[in-house]
Amino acid sequence: MLEESREELMRFMLLFSRQGKLRLQKWYLATSDKERKKMVRELMQVVLARKPKMCSFLEWRDLKVVYKRYASLYFCCAIEGQDNELITLELIHRYVELLDKYFGSVCELDIIFNFEKAYFILDEFLMGGDVQDTSKKSVLKAIEQADLLQEEDESPRSVLEEMGLA
Amino acid sequence: MALKMVKGSIDRMFDKNLQDLVRGIRNHKEDEAKYISQCIDEIKQELKQDNIAVKANAVCKLTYLQMLGYDISWAAFNIIEVMSASKFTFKRIGYLAASQSFHEGTDVIMLTTNQIRKDLSSPSQYDTGVALTGLSCFVTPDLARDLANDIMTLMSHTKPYIRKKAVLIMYKVFLKYPESLRPAFPRLKEKLEDPDPGVQSAAVNVICELARRNPKNYLSLAPLFFKLMTSSTNNWVLIKIIKLFGALTPLEPRLGKKLIEPLTNLIHSTSAMSLLYECVNTVIAVLISLSSGMPNHSASIQLCVQKLRILIEDSDQNLKYLGLLAMSKILKTHPKSVQSHKDLILQCLDDKDESIRLRALDLLYGMVSKKNLMEIVKKLMTHVDKAEGTTYRDELLTKIIDICSQSNYQYITNFEWYISILVELTRLEGTRHGHLIAAQMLDVAIRVKAIRKFAVSQMSALLDSAHLLASSTQRNGICEVLYAAAWICGEFSEHLQEPHHTLEAMLRPKVATLPGHIQAVYVQNVVKLYANILQQKEQAGEAEGAQAATQLMVDRLPQFVQSADLEVQERASCILQLVKHIQKLQAKDVPVAEEVSALFAGELNPVAPKAQKKVPVPEGLDLDAWINEPLSDSESEDERPRAVFHEEEQRRPKHRPSEADEEELARRREARKQEQANNPFYIKSSPSPQKRYQDTPGVEHIPVVQIDLSVPLKVPGLPMSDQYVKLEEERRHRQKLEKDKRRKKRKEKEKKGKRRHSSLPTESDEDIAPAQQVDIVTEEMPENALPSDEDDKDPNDPYRALDIDLDKPLADSEKLPVQKHRNAETSKSPEKDVPVVEKKSKKPKKKEKKHKEKERDKEKREKEKKKSPKHKKKKHKKEKEERTKGKKKSKKQPLGGEAAAGPVQNGAPEEEPLPPESSYSLLAENSYVKMTCDIRGSLQEDSQVTVAIVLENRSNSILKGMELSVLDSLNARMARPQGSSVHDGVPVPFQLPPGVSNEAQYVFTIQSIVMAQKLKGTLSFIAKNDQGATHEKLDFRLHFSCSSYLTTTPCYSDAFAKLLESGDLSMSSVKVDGIRMSFQNLLAKICFHHHFSVVERVDSCASMYSRSIQGHHICLLVKKGENSVSVDGKCSDSTLLSNLLEEMKATLAKC
Repeated sequence: MLEESREELMRFMLLFSRQGKLRLQKWYLATSDKERKKMVRELMQVVLARKPKMCSFLEWRDLKVVYKRYASLYFCCAIEGQDNELITLELIHRYVELLDKYFGSVCELDIIFNFEKAYFILDEFLMGGDVQDTSKKSVLKAIEQADLLQEEDESPRSVLEEMGLA
Repeated sequence: MALKMVKGSIDRMFDKNLQDLVRGIRNHKEDEAKYISQCIDEIKQELKQDNIAVKANAVCKLTYLQMLGYDISWAAFNIIEVMSASKFTFKRIGYLAASQSFHEGTDVIMLTTNQIRKDLSSPSQYDTGVALTGLSCFVTPDLARDLANDIMTLMSHTKPYIRKKAVLIMYKVFLKYPESLRPAFPRLKEKLEDPDPGVQSAAVNVICELARRNPKNYLSLAPLFFKLMTSSTNNWVLIKIIKLFGALTPLEPRLGKKLIEPLTNLIHSTSAMSLLYECVNTVIAVLISLSSGMPNHSASIQLCVQKLRILIEDSDQNLKYLGLLAMSKILKTHPKSVQSHKDLILQCLDDKDESIRLRALDLLYGMVSKKNLMEIVKKLMTHVDKAEGTTYRDELLTKIIDICSQSNYQYITNFEWYISILVELTRLEGTRHGHLIAAQMLDVAIRVKAIRKFAVSQMSALLDSAHLLASSTQRNGICEVLYAAAWICGEFSEHLQEPHHTLEAMLRPKVATLPGHIQAVYVQNVVKLYANILQQKEQAGEAEGAQAATQLMVDRLPQFVQSADLEVQERASCILQLVKHIQKLQAKDVPVAEEVSALFAGELNPVAPKAQKKVPVPEGLDLDAWINEPLSDSESEDERPRAVFHEEEQRRPKHRPSEADEEELARRREARKQEQANNPFYIKSSPSPQKRYQDTPGVEHIPVVQIDLSVPLKVPGLPMSDQYVKLEEERRHRQKLEKDKRRKKRKEKEKKGKRRHSSLPTESDEDIAPAQQVDIVTEEMPENALPSDEDDKDPNDPYRALDIDLDKPLADSEKLPVQKHRNAETSKSPEKDVPVVEKKSKKPKKKEKKHKEKERDKEKREKEKKKSPKHKKKKHKKEKEERTKGKKKSKKQPLGGEAAAGPVQNGAPEEEPLPPESSYSLLAENSYVKMTCDIRGSLQEDSQVTVAIVLENRSNSILKGMELSVLDSLNARMARPQGSSVHDGVPVPFQLPPGVSNEAQYVFTIQSIVMAQKLKGTLSFIAKNDQGATHEKLDFRLHFSCSSYLTTTPCYSDAFAKLLESGDLSMSSVKVDGIRMSFQNLLAKICFHHHFSVVERVDSCASMYSRSIQGHHICLLVKKGENSVSVDGKCSDSTLLSNLLEEMKATLAKC
């Protein structure tokens, strides 16, 4: 079983819609653009073809895929080796909860129009494919404070400054 | 200029923001590509503007487009610009874009090093956080090497937010730059006991990941983790630790015994399914690794199986799936425990979820026995009929074959049944596993001699109905079985009931529509069949019959002669000529059968798949040597003749996947030799295998031989295999009766003998004797075959590099590179030519020096072929700088090496990670440029120091024509290029694009080093941007502290003692109060900032040593009290000593 264990951290996370539109992708292992596109396309096909009441896990290529559908969005993680499928599922759920708290009952459009925010939250939650903070509260706090910093950056600008006249 | 800015801002108001872009794309569903290309054009315009907000907006949009699949690699440089924005808002966007789009192939990534370093040390924790997060996505080996020390420093940051991220990213750094593991590990280990739970769990994560790759190096941490496991309540952490133990146990069996109890406790107590699942998995793994040593774990296995049963019975599909998955692991070592849950697993075969059915199928493999095989396969066959998707059906098919053929058909008691199952499988439409079925047919027919007659009858039926299999709609795959059928009917034609009929079937015009490789087999086997018919007819004296067969051949073969397939054509034309010749002979009434049959004399035995590989190369034969002189270049590889014929491999009968070990092989080889020796028919053809089979002692009584073969074929209604199930049951029943009879007899005998047998008669698997046996077990192997070669571990495994002993004390050479231009320091052997160069010019003119360096750089450059030409220039400069350092340090290196080999205490604080500070201090800054510098003495040039100045462009302009002018003092002079006067500036050898930084080095000559020096200087440069160019300058003061004249020189404790005893050193001391830092870190600080090395350390007392560039010895005794530190120093120069101590005091005061 030792030789089986290779990369155990998450390989990538994808969010895509029922129509097969990619909404978010995060790769934790350097992968070329071409390969990424191919994998995304292939995996989307496989996952979208699954019937509603099937289990959340599937073996795909040499990876284990854990996915879950929330409303119109599929959240999909690829893990390897003997990584724990259930904890990955929990992780997806945790991320959805974070998005929900942040946007206030999140919907697909929130993620489309604020995709960078969705990334920021994910980055605060996971790093390099590993859980960074298991506490929802501290993740949200970090995001809020970073947002505050961003607003400080933006707020003191008067219209004139904005026009470059000040 | 102002006007232009206004214009830019007004434009900006009309720019699309991200929302507009998203909306736009949604509104242009029909011409999305066109709309986006238009957007990209706009973005390109926006990126050309100076306003960083506009650029950031553009980059943000690009990030979105990248997700949609558009290439944004062209904007990499703009992304870096946005990353280096001072405002967090923009920086955040820049880093996001970089983390989404940068990868190791991104060439501008090397330009980010200094920016990232700056952000890492930013006072704002969110700047640092964003940089760390970004880095975790695109870290390259170069970045890892250059930034390892900065990140390690951050592991001790005051904010847990940063510590946590720094710890996590360390894992990525280790992977990219394995040399950093040992120096950083002590600090990482410290973090396991960090007060912040987040940091602690991050450290657990990283160490667990590391340990699972190379567990043996982490065994010493087991007690610590054991403590954590029993105390932690965080499930995420627990899962990681438990996983780690799973990896450690195989190396330390005692650990396994200790683990079972807490793990079983967790299994009983936890309510978290993920944790339960992990525990069960680990217990299984532990028990597997212990299985040899500990027989008393059946209770644990039972517990696991019980829990898994609960999972499988759960209504949650996910749990069901995982339960089955874990079961299959237990199955490998404890099949009995799993087999008792057969009912449940068979039930899962009917689950509506295909993935669960597949998992259950996996388990079936280990659950079959002689007794239940037929039953299970029957069930699977009904699934095959019901299955809707071809994938699942194909999976079923392979599973059926796997299950039946496993361990050399161990569980098959009736091969007639198996053949009929295979024949039934050929009725599957659209399967792509035809070749698999074919391989099985061939394999069984060849190996099980007793079944040949039956197989031939079935195959001839198959050939007869070939039109069904080969009908155009389902030609995909299944017609492969005809390949097997044709071969079997040809090869074993003596068993055919109606050979003439089969011959006709094989020569039908329809055959010409089959794939070429199958036709080729047809053609070849037609001749075998024909030879057999000739023989039969001639023996019976039916000359007309023989002639009729010949005529049939002559009539039908021409259709193959015209085949487009080369193989078919060639075979057919040869054979046609042969048959025509026979026809002539027949016309003259010459008997030909004997000679024609001789063409196919000899029996074919299965050849092991590896046989060819095992043929040893004869001595003296060099396979790589040219036989003839190599051909001229014009013959390129493409012109090699392509394989005309189909891949041989597909056609060969597939053999049992034998993974026998050497011993087993040897045994089998021996057995085979024996068999060959006893087999009079070996090599020669065996006239009737059937006969031979009946000769074999001990099988005559098997009743199945008497089965009337014609019966089952004529029974209508039931599928064939079911017939055989019935027959087999009857056979077993009879067998049992017979056995019982015998047993009774024996019992009676026993009774008579008044002896009692303890075991009760139960019908076990072993009691069922197979109707037919596999005769040929071993495959042909060449004589003196080489022993099997083990497959080596994958040399490309990235984790192999991290297989590093962490308990070994650190050597001097193992420090992390503090800044990137110091890389040359890392354990490179001293270059012998260095002293020569140095002697030639005592105060080397810069240009000359550079020239020499360039030469040496060449070698290095060759190794770095990958770098793109665009950035080569930059790299070279860095290399040059590295060289200078390397040269300077090279003399030190051997000393360091000796020190490491000497007493362990020597250089001890080196084991501790370096203190957080960078050795670079701020020199001066304005809105254009920031200057930081580091001053280092050199041992070769007594009275010379090198000043490394990092210039960082923080403006949007390109900086060029930079010149450095320094006002010399009496004591300190700058080394200038030959011919330039004291008042001339010295050019900076590079230009700086916006956001980029680079380092230049200057040599200064110092007369007296006992006192600190200050030199005034000015940097002048031209800042050029779209609006034009301006001349700018920046004043600075170079501060040469006394510490900068010292060079880190290791010293042995005995030499140190001699020095102190010599008595010609003056003494001085300082004391600093209010120190809270640990002694270890304190020493590290002194080493780092003042270039000392530790000679010896006893508790809170350490002796330290350094040497000035002019050869002064400085010895220190550092003592730590409760809250204070006292430093006593001895030095050959009292002024130097007191100045040094003052500087040290200032450093310590900050601690």
